[in-house]
Amino acid sequence: MKNLLNNYMMKNRSLISINDYTKEEYLKILDLAAEFEKNPNQDILKGYVVATLFFEPSTRTRLSFESAVNRLGGKVIGFSDTNTSSSTKGETLRDTIRTVSNYCDLIVMRHPLEGSSRFASELSTVPVINAGDGANQHPTQTLLDLYSIRKTQNTLENLTIFLIGDLKYGRTVHSLLIAMSQFNAKFYFISPNELKMPEEYKIHLDNMGIKYYEHKEFADIVQHADIIYMTRVQKERFSDPIEYERTKNAYVLRMNMLKDVKPGMKVLHPLPRVSEINLDVDESEKAYYFTQALNGVYTRQAIITSILGLK
Amino acid sequence: MKDRTHLVVSAIKDGTVIDHIPSADLFKVITILGLDNIENQITFGTNLESKKLGRKSIIKISGMFFRNEDINKIALVAPEAKLNIIKDYVVVEKRIVNIPDTITGIARCVNPMCITNNEEVVTKFTVVNKKDVKLRCHYCEKITDRNNLQIIS
Repeated sequence: MKNLLNNYMMKNRSLISINDYTKEEYLKILDLAAEFEKNPNQDILKGYVVATLFFEPSTRTRLSFESAVNRLGGKVIGFSDTNTSSSTKGETLRDTIRTVSNYCDLIVMRHPLEGSSRFASELSTVPVINAGDGANQHPTQTLLDLYSIRKTQNTLENLTIFLIGDLKYGRTVHSLLIAMSQFNAKFYFISPNELKMPEEYKIHLDNMGIKYYEHKEFADIVQHADIIYMTRVQKERFSDPIEYERTKNAYVLRMNMLKDVKPGMKVLHPLPRVSEINLDVDESEKAYYFTQALNGVYTRQAIITSILGLK
Repeated sequence: MKDRTHLVVSAIKDGTVIDHIPSADLFKVITILGLDNIENQITFGTNLESKKLGRKSIIKISGMFFRNEDINKIALVAPEAKLNIIKDYVVVEKRIVNIPDTITGIARCVNPMCITNNEEVVTKFTVVNKKDVKLRCHYCEKITDRNNLQIIS
């Protein structure tokens, strides 16, 4: 009965923000993603058309969605660059969405403006999946992160999560924090001063009674981690370039730092990686970021089929 | 002094008196209520002495009565405001304003990258903190607070 209710509730509902889903709905998606992992090539999307509207390029996310649809027998239409779309002619997002929603059963969109996906979901006659709206939300990334964490740890409950790098601007760490706070996680925030976790997220954790610790370095504490979630520290985020040069090496993960970690610990990264994970880590069994990207396909298959009411 | 105040902002026969508006926000209240676009007789006084606010403004609108949902919109800028409903020179009802749970189309989102600041979209906020006036944008999810609150005119 509960499953039926969940199916009913997710059907035809856009996924714009990680806050749109309940804990039960996260778990439902993860269970479904596990089914798709066992059997990723099926014909359930046959006859369905999914539009991928990428108003700014994001090759990885777009290919992941398109792979998810293609493996399920659906067709993909869309654009990945606004130079080839009507927005170069000055068409408003409002008109693009009203038009495109006539052509498809589901819209997946990435847009540089924050709130654009929510706006699109209010105009569209078909459900919208947010594939990133500026620095705001990217909920399918969070769900694939949850899938990867559960798969490697066999649970989402009571885990110790290290969030490392740019904690100020990184939308993936913010959404992951919100989602994992429902599973009694313990957090370690490791970032330079300029890129610390914003107060509002710490207040959220305080309200939920969840423990967190803030550090500037992590080499000496890494043994506590169940998951290390690395993010890019971008030079342009620093007001002082000297400060960047001084601190950048403190946020690079190297193989020799992983000597004393827990046996089941895994390293995650939303990708693209630049230099924050040294290449020598790639060969370690702790490195999970490429499998994490593969998990994105199964998770997106689960999200798409739930929203279309096919699963 | 008190008498002169009364002299400057004269009494009305029928209508609404909005008192205890922070002086700095008088024109925001006028904009929110659309008083700059109506034909009714309106008198106002500003920089009047107030024990509560230091300086306050007062607006008297003849022949006009407000619905609660309309008047509550001014709570964003004048949360202490008090209304006197006047009929035949007598105060027949006193009302205070309450910040509503959601705000539509009055305030501008503080985030320059928000869709509402880049395309014609009516703004919408959830009030997450009524005391300190904190609004969460329905679209970009960023918080706009009292210090960076801009009223759409």
